[in-house]
Amino acid sequence: MRFVDEYRDAEKARTLAPRIAALCEPGRAYKFMEVCGGHTHTIYKHGLEDYLPEAVTLVHGPGCPVCVIPMGRVDDAIHIAGQPDVIMTSFGDMMRVPGGNGSFLDAKARGADIRMVYSPLDALKIARQNPGKRVVFMAIGFETTAPSTAMTVLRAEAEGITNFSIFCNHVTIIPAIKAILDSPDLRLDGFIGPGHVSTVIGCRPYEFIARDYGKPLVVAGFEPLDVLHTVYRILVQLAGGRAEIDNQYARVVPWDGNLKALRVINEVMELRPYFEWRGLGFISQSALRVSERYAAFDAERIFRIPGGRVADPKACQCGEVLKGVLKPWECKVFGTACTPETPIGTCMVSSEGACAAYYNFGRFSRERVKEATQR
Amino acid sequence: MCLGIPGEIVEILSDRPDLAMVDVCGVKRAINIGLLEGESVLPGDWILIHVGFALSKIDEVEAKAALDFLESIGQAYEDEIEALRESMIEEG
Repeated sequence: MRFVDEYRDAEKARTLAPRIAALCEPGRAYKFMEVCGGHTHTIYKHGLEDYLPEAVTLVHGPGCPVCVIPMGRVDDAIHIAGQPDVIMTSFGDMMRVPGGNGSFLDAKARGADIRMVYSPLDALKIARQNPGKRVVFMAIGFETTAPSTAMTVLRAEAEGITNFSIFCNHVTIIPAIKAILDSPDLRLDGFIGPGHVSTVIGCRPYEFIARDYGKPLVVAGFEPLDVLHTVYRILVQLAGGRAEIDNQYARVVPWDGNLKALRVINEVMELRPYFEWRGLGFISQSALRVSERYAAFDAERIFRIPGGRVADPKACQCGEVLKGVLKPWECKVFGTACTPETPIGTCMVSSEGACAAYYNFGRFSRERVKEATQR
Repeated sequence: MCLGIPGEIVEILSDRPDLAMVDVCGVKRAINIGLLEGESVLPGDWILIHVGFALSKIDEVEAKAALDFLESIGQAYEDEIEALRESMIEEG
């Protein structure tokens, strides 16, 4: 696998490093946000910051769908799971996410029928096998998973399955990026664009970032050299006084995305006027709900959900981490009160969360954790 | 859940053209290929799979790169493969 080796070759990374450094204007500091949790993994697993000049800082964005689910929605889902004859189904990632009243795992221990599934199609299968039960699928994720949920609803309708519904928590990436661009807390110079979300939405939806905000965004692959190459390509644009949308991951991401996937999302779902994001607050038109035409498959219409709002724990600074304002280790409880075993915040729960990535890959030494938490 | 896992198409199911049998790291499972509209999907082709659906066709070299990346993630990847092993999409 010569090509793969090329993307991981430390030698190549070292030759790229001085070229990246040479593009930095003396005295200027650069902040680039990697939107996707997958990139955060690559950066810490391979210690990519070691290859970057001090002038370049990488900050983590809100691209972990588990991390951005507000506590109130977890409580709503647990409320649904507690209704008569309900089987709640969920991806494994969601099981430990805390709501105001515990997680799915806690509710399961109290007797709720909550089952882990790999795919929404597995949830549909459970509905088929249990005609006397009401099977609900906890739908979460960005545009990477929304088409799968939509396809499953279409399948349920085609088969005439009436005991299946979804509790729709799908979110959309563009309004989150816009909220971060509009946030006064953080000044960014460019974006490392998400890889897999872009497989679905393509590159065009990012154009406003270059046009209206004058910032480059380069869609990136997940190999270490992909990420370094992307930083290089962002800096080339900035050095030339340009801001454009560029696709470093063209070997997987088509410029126009997956049109069929976009079509099925639009068929089954519509934008909500607003939705609460954990840590980011309410963002308008940033999430999807089931459209009127498919109301029979909408758990929010079938069950009366409390719809309460629960404030995040005071000690938790996931909001700042999700906006890139704080590095995970700058959070007061990181690595001490909040660990993957006993998470307080979602960024530590999800294996795709920035805090879990820092913690698990040990890029960050215990001494520095101590230093940071003693401040 | 957000991880895209590469798999190799083994067989297109003649009675369910929206499903294909796919080899994912030695685990054979039915995967929905309904989102790959207008693309030819043949045994030996590689696809990137999200939660039971193929989102895009990829080449073999990219598939190996994606697998390498996933293996570097460790636990999250093992959880995903374990969940896939439990999956029962094909029986529907």
